[in-house]
Parts: sequence; C-alpha cells; structure tokens
Amino acid sequence: MDMPAPNPTVLAKKARIVDRLLAVLPADAVIHEVEETRAYECDALTAYKCPPLCAVLPSTTAEVSEILKICHEEGVPVVPRGSGTSLAGGALPTADSVILGVARMNEVLETDYDNRFIRVQSGRTNLSVTGAVEEEDFFYAPDPSSQLACAIAGNVGMNSGGAHCLKYGVTTNNLLGVTMVLMDGTIVEIGGAHLDAGGLDLLGVICGSEGQLGVVTEATLRILRKPEGARPVLIGYDSNEVAGECVSDIIKAGVLPVAIEFMDRPCIRATEAFAKAGYPDCESLLIVEVEGSDAEIDEQLGLISEIARKHNPVELRESKSAEESAAIWLGRKSAFGAMGQINDYMCLDGTIPVSALPMVLRRIGELSKQYGLDVGNVFHAGDGNMHPLILFDANKPGDLELCEEFGAEILKLCVEVGGCLTGEHGVGVEKRDLMDAQFDPVDLEAQLRVKDVFDPAWLLNPAKVFPLNATATRRAA
Amino acid sequence: MIKPKTEAELAQAVADATGPLKIIGGGTRDVGAPVTGGVLSTRGLSGIELYEPGALTIVVKAGTPVAKVEQALAAEGQRLPFEPLDYRALLGTTGTPTIGGVVASNASGPRRIQAGACRDSLIGVRFVDGHGDAIKNGGRVMKNVTGYDLVKLMAGSWGTLGVLSEVSFKVLPVPEAAAELRISGLSEAEATKAMSAAMGSPFDVTGAAHLPEGVGEGPDTILRIEGFSASVAYRAKELTKLLAPFGDVAVEHDPTQVAASWKWLRDVEAFATRDGAVWRVSLKPTNAAVFSAMLEQNDLEHQAIFDWAGGLVWLLVPDEGDAGAAVIRQQIATFGGHATLVRASEATRRAVPVFQPEPAPLVAISAGLRKQFDPRGILNPGLMG
Ligand SMILES: Cc1cc2nc3c(=O)[nH]c(=O)nc-3n(C[C@H](O)[C@H](O)[C@H](O)COP(=O)(O)OP(=O)(O)OC[C@H]3O[C@@H](n4cnc5c(N)ncnc54)[C@H](O)[C@@H]3O)c2cc1C
Repeated sequence: MDMPAPNPTVLAKKARIVDRLLAVLPADAVIHEVEETRAYECDALTAYKCPPLCAVLPSTTAEVSEILKICHEEGVPVVPRGSGTSLAGGALPTADSVILGVARMNEVLETDYDNRFIRVQSGRTNLSVTGAVEEEDFFYAPDPSSQLACAIAGNVGMNSGGAHCLKYGVTTNNLLGVTMVLMDGTIVEIGGAHLDAGGLDLLGVICGSEGQLGVVTEATLRILRKPEGARPVLIGYDSNEVAGECVSDIIKAGVLPVAIEFMDRPCIRATEAFAKAGYPDCESLLIVEVEGSDAEIDEQLGLISEIARKHNPVELRESKSAEESAAIWLGRKSAFGAMGQINDYMCLDGTIPVSALPMVLRRIGELSKQYGLDVGNVFHAGDGNMHPLILFDANKPGDLELCEEFGAEILKLCVEVGGCLTGEHGVGVEKRDLMDAQFDPVDLEAQLRVKDVFDPAWLLNPAKVFPLNATATRRAA
Repeated sequence: MIKPKTEAELAQAVADATGPLKIIGGGTRDVGAPVTGGVLSTRGLSGIELYEPGALTIVVKAGTPVAKVEQALAAEGQRLPFEPLDYRALLGTTGTPTIGGVVASNASGPRRIQAGACRDSLIGVRFVDGHGDAIKNGGRVMKNVTGYDLVKLMAGSWGTLGVLSEVSFKVLPVPEAAAELRISGLSEAEATKAMSAAMGSPFDVTGAAHLPEGVGEGPDTILRIEGFSASVAYRAKELTKLLAPFGDVAVEHDPTQVAASWKWLRDVEAFATRDGAVWRVSLKPTNAAVFSAMLEQNDLEHQAIFDWAGGLVWLLVPDEGDAGAAVIRQQIATFGGHATLVRASEATRRAVPVFQPEPAPLVAISAGLRKQFDPRGILNPGLMG
C-alpha cells in the first residue's frame, strides 16, 4: 500500500504550524512531541503506521473552525479522527498531516423524548449515546460491535452499521442533522430535528464521506423507544447452502427479524474454544433475533423455527429467557476476539446479494486452500454483509502481503456477484486501490467532483477512498 | 419531446442538448419553479431489471410506472416500505406516475416515521449527468459504504443533478394485518402530545396524523399499527390504554378501510378539491401545533393536516399575494425546518421561491454541486431555485 510522499514544505514549517495552533488552543490540546504523536500513528488497521506532524484535540466547534482556518492557510492536510477504531485505515495519518481528534467533544447537548432525538458532540462514543437515554427506555439503534469505543464522529464518517441494522438501518438512516466545519473554517448546519432535507440532501452525501468533506462536530440522532423485549433462536445446519436457503425463506415469510447472524465452521470452532458458548459443531450456524412482547416474540420465533425445521437443522434452540439469550449471543459477540487468539487476522467486509451466499462461501473455501491461509466467516446474513476473517502471521515475512492479495480476491468476488467492496467499514486506504473493480472512471469522477465542491484544495483526508492515481492531479494542485 | 429507450440514448440526448431540458417521468409531480425547455421523458426506460424477493431487493428502470412496481411486489407479498405518495389528486395532474419521479421527489408517505423515507429504501441509482455521462452509485445490496453516497444526493434532487435511468430499492414484506386507532375532538396541541406519546411507546406505530376540523370528520387524531394479527390486536389494546387520558379510542380492523384511510391521507386528497395554495412543511413534530397557532396570530387563514406525528404539515392557504410565504418562512426560521410550496398558480410559483431559501454556505455548496454535475445548467434549470 502506497501513501503519497509527505509535502516537504509542510514538514519544514512544522514549528510555525504548531505555534499557530498553540495560539488558538490550550497547550495540552496540541500534541507535537514526536514520541507523543505516536499515539495517533494508526487506527485499528494496525498493519499501517505513520506518526502525524501533530495532533490537535479541540473542545468546541469554534476551535475546530480556528484549526481548519490555519491548516487551510498553511496548506496542511487534515485527518479527522474519532476514536481511531477504523478497520480500513480511515484515520491513518501521513507525516505531513494534522490529526484532528474530536475525543474531547463528548457532551450531550439536548435530549428530546417527545420528538425522539438527541444532539451530541461528535466525540461521544456510540454506546454512551444509548447510555444517555436508557433511563427513559430509549436507545440509539446503530450498534457496531466496536460501540464501546467508537465515536459518533467515526460512525458518521464511515456510515457504520451493526447487528441490528436489518430492522433499524445504518447510521445514515438514523442521522437527522450535523454541525460541520468546512476546510476553510466555515461552520455549517445541515438538517436538524426535522425529518427531511429542504433542498439537496447534503446530509446523505456527508454521511459515509470518510472525513473528506468536512469535520463533523455535532450530530442530531434519532432515538427510539426500546422494544418490550428481544430473544434469539439458534439454528445449526450441516451445509452453508441450506443455511442460506433458510435465511431467504425466513425473509420471504414476512417475519422481519432485527438480526440474522451467520457463522461458519472455522469460526464456530474458534469461538467454542475461546468462549465455550455451547455451540453445536456444525457447518453453519444462524442466530435470528426478533423483538416485541413475550407473546409476539413467541409467535415470531415459532414461525422461524417452523421454517428452519423444514430444512432439517442439526440443532434448534429457541431462547426462553434473558440468560439463554445471552448464552446464544456469547459466541457471536466474542467471534473477533476468538479469531484474534489464534492469529493475526484481517477482517473483510464486502456485501453480496443474499442469493449468492453459498457460492461465495464455497469459493472462499477454495481460495483459502489456494493461498494456504485459514478463513472464518461471521456476518450479517440478512443483508449479505460478509465478514471473512483471514488469519495470518504478522511476524512471518510476506504473510501480510499474501493475506491482502487473498482479501482482494474475495472482495473482487463480492463485486462480481453483484455486491460491493465494503458494507460498513469504509474504503479508507485498505480498499482504496480496489475501487476500480467496482466503479468505472466516470463513476469515480462524479464522486471526486463532490469533493471538489466541499474541499477544493483537497486537504481533508486526501489520500483515502480513491485510487491515488485518480486523485494525483487534484492533490497536487 | 425526446423519449430515449435506452440509457445510451438518454446519455446521447443529454450530450446533444443545445438548451435547457424539462425532465419528466409521468409528469404528475409538477412541483417547483416552472421550467421552460425541451421535454425529455424517461417513460421509454421501462421495466423491472431484477427482483429477488428472498433478498428483499428490486432493481427497476426509472420510467417504469409505480403501479407496475407495486404489482410485482404485491405478487410476492412485499411492498415499497416508504409508501410513496401519488401527487395526481392534489396537483390535478394526469399521467402515469413513474418510479423515477418518486425518487427524484423523494416522495415518502405516512410510514416515513417508522420505515424511513424513499431515500432510506433507495440502495442504488444509475443516472445521466449534465455532461452526458452515465453514472452508477450504490448497487443492489442493502449494506454498501463503498465511496460517496450519491444515492441519497440524487433522491429529492428533482432532476437537477442528473436524469435517473435506473433505481434499486430495499423492500419489505407486507404485514398480515393493520389497524387504525382514532381519537376525536383533540385540539392541535393535544393531538401532537397524543402522537408523541404513541411514538414514544414500544408499540411500533407506522402512522400518526391529525386531521383538523373541516377535514374528513375532523378533528381526528389517527394512528396506524401493522404486523401479525395477534400482535396488532395486542398493540391496539395497549395503545388504547396508553392514550386513554386523551379520550376514547375507536379501533378499525377492517383492512380495506384502514388502507383507504391512509391512502387518502398519504395523497392529501382532502385538499384536492379545495382551492388554494398548498405548502409542505417539515419541522420538529411538537412544533406543528405551535406553528399553526403562530399563523393564526399572524392572520394567515389556513388549514393544517399533520402527518409524521406532526413532523410534516400540509398547509392549505389562499393562493393570493405571496401565498403566505413571508409569514410561513419567518416562523420556520425561528423553529428550524423548511417549507415547500407544492401547489400554487404558475404566477405565484414564479414570484415566490418554491423551496426554502438556505443559508449562504449551503447555497454555495448546492450551486457548486449543480455546476459540477450540470456545468451547462440544462437539467431542470431553476426548478429548485
Ligand atoms: C473490534 C471492532 C469491531 C468493529 N465492528 C464494527 C461493526 O460492527 N460495524 C461497523 O460498521 N464498524 C465496525 N468497526 C469499525 C469501526 O469501529 C467503525 O468504522 C467506527 O465507526 C469508527 O469510529 P471511530 O470513532 O473509531 O472513527 P475513526 O477510526 O477515528 O475514523 C473513521 C473515519 O471517520 C473519519 N472521521 C472521524 N472523525 C470525524 C469527524 N469528526 N468528522 C468527519 N469525519 C470524521 C475519519 O477520518 C475516518 O475516515 C469495528 C472495529 C473494530 C476494531
């Protein structure tokens, strides 16, 4: 993976840039000692590291505006950062960039239960948004597995999803408004407590723009009343084909589960060894969760089980209590951790049409043999968002490259069958160079033109999302 | 009239255009500042490209009649979640509404509060921009964050950024049963409270509206729930209990009645036969009653239907002078939100900005986007202001 060479002019004036930033921020909000900037050298894609020129930690939108004005005048690239849990390298710095971290901006600004929204500063973590409204039995729906750590800023940046998005949608479907600062320091308000755009839907294009269009400092989020209850059923099958058919039949039957999770044998085995959730040793495992009152849940689970039985499951376990539900979810929730115990892993995130599931799993199995690297699959089956976890050994020379090559093959396969490179993690640097597999040059050009409007100088997170050769002239201008 | 039959022909037509184009699907959504230009119709681009009921996804050419899409979905027990409104009755237009028109206008009905708007169900688009390039964005899968989301940007852009040629949706199963709950006699202020209470309950309300005196049998506050029969019965009972402090709740379970009632609301049929200008106002739900009271205080004669639990106000005012624009927009400025003049004489629509004027930085961004996507300014120029 290449990154553009740092701009020597910017590197040479580091002292001056730091001085100017110190003039508008408290001393402890400007991190410029080389050892200290290391804390910002990567996100959760730890294979790539590069300490930034410096990092700034503003506390207000006004400070963000001051910072951006300075960087704009000085021609310094800025990389917005929430909690740095991106798996795509979205928050990876370059040596000539300023990391703008919003972690100190974590206040709740307004909660309104009558109108069902909450307004927060963007550095607030995802889980603590729900935490702020839980007492009133409300919640914020998008629930990435990283929700304890990741910030709303990054969720908006990546348009993050979660296990429950089959019913509640992803970030963009739950985002009502933002306060955002443009690269030249202009503060804009987009959307608000109302439900739709009055002109062009700018909010729609900002969500998922990976920190390339502006720095989001506040967000208005839709909150929902908690359902009365939720319970899953666990279903085991001897073949991925059959499990895939079962998913499709459940969806066609008119039940709308909040989640349909899928794990394959390698993943089941790894999680069993790690978390001892009591999963059956089978080819594929489904966890299907539904919501409502007890009676409503029973009715829906009954229907799902009836469908599942037609496909001869090796195991079928309907949860009857909170404890049983927790036991069923335990393995799924520790899947990433379990795989991480075995080895280093790379987590992919392509989406495929649900109908292509068995074929894609079979092909991944074949590729796994070909590359000599193990893969476990755990994913959101209801919406086709796959998460193949490729195991490799970071200490073994060449293994990372091999793993990346294998990963690229899988992602291209996702595109070939009618899907896409990334369902929720974003492009970042990780999938940047694969964009040509999904998009024609005109498709990419249309996206680049959007960035031209928001950030004409191409200073915001410039080396991400698009293949470097497609953006070279714009970045150089 | 130019009526391309393929996307390639459409791209050629746009590339060859020497002057402004007025882009139409069925021509049933004549909203916005009047556009003069050569008519470009998408009706030649028709047909369902792909429908996978098991994956809850459908891909359709933009000129396909909405009715055709809905029939195909209904045959598999599915539907478009966002309940697209049909503007014909309200605007007095004839013609066949197309699915591309639904997307271009981001037309979302009462279920928007629970299932999201058109833009939320929209998962992919193909369109021809003002350069004459055929562009794709999104795709046919529900989860997709690959590159910028131009899908949302195209929804509700009224043909000013590009001419849609193909659209893809996430669809949902049609629930087994539906019920409507009705409380009569509430004031606008009480009605917004009742709707907030219902929306803040765990009973998954899929419609919440208030009809004022003089509309239907109003004043009536109506709620809709949908799902499996037993579940609908249970939730109707629970909501009746919850709303008891507001008054007696009448419950309608007959599916035909319920469907007719919400279609009537969805299409704003109440204002179809009444003279006057019609505004579509989007605001914070509990502000609906305050907003209506403010108009009263400012002597603006009006009738207001609240949909989306108050978040959407359909406002009927006399089509005189500025059709109330100054008063309405001054109020909106204090609340946040926006007001669109969806129906008025051509003269009024030429004189009054149809879409809510935005703050300068947003105007600059929108103008910048139009310039990038349509440098010659030929796609429905001026329609959105
Ligand atoms: C164990 C694990 C599990 C995960 N599970 C999921 C999952 O289930 N679903 C899912 O979708 N993701 C998941 N992720 C990925 C990651 O957590 C999400 O992408 C998350 O939204 C990133 O949030 P963050 O605050 O850490 O953002 P960062 O990593 O700091 O940044 C992410 C992107 O957003 C941009 N950005 C950050 N702040 C701003 C801002 N203020 N304004 C504009 N742009 C900004 C950055 O430039 C970057 O491009 C997981 C990650 C890990 C490590």
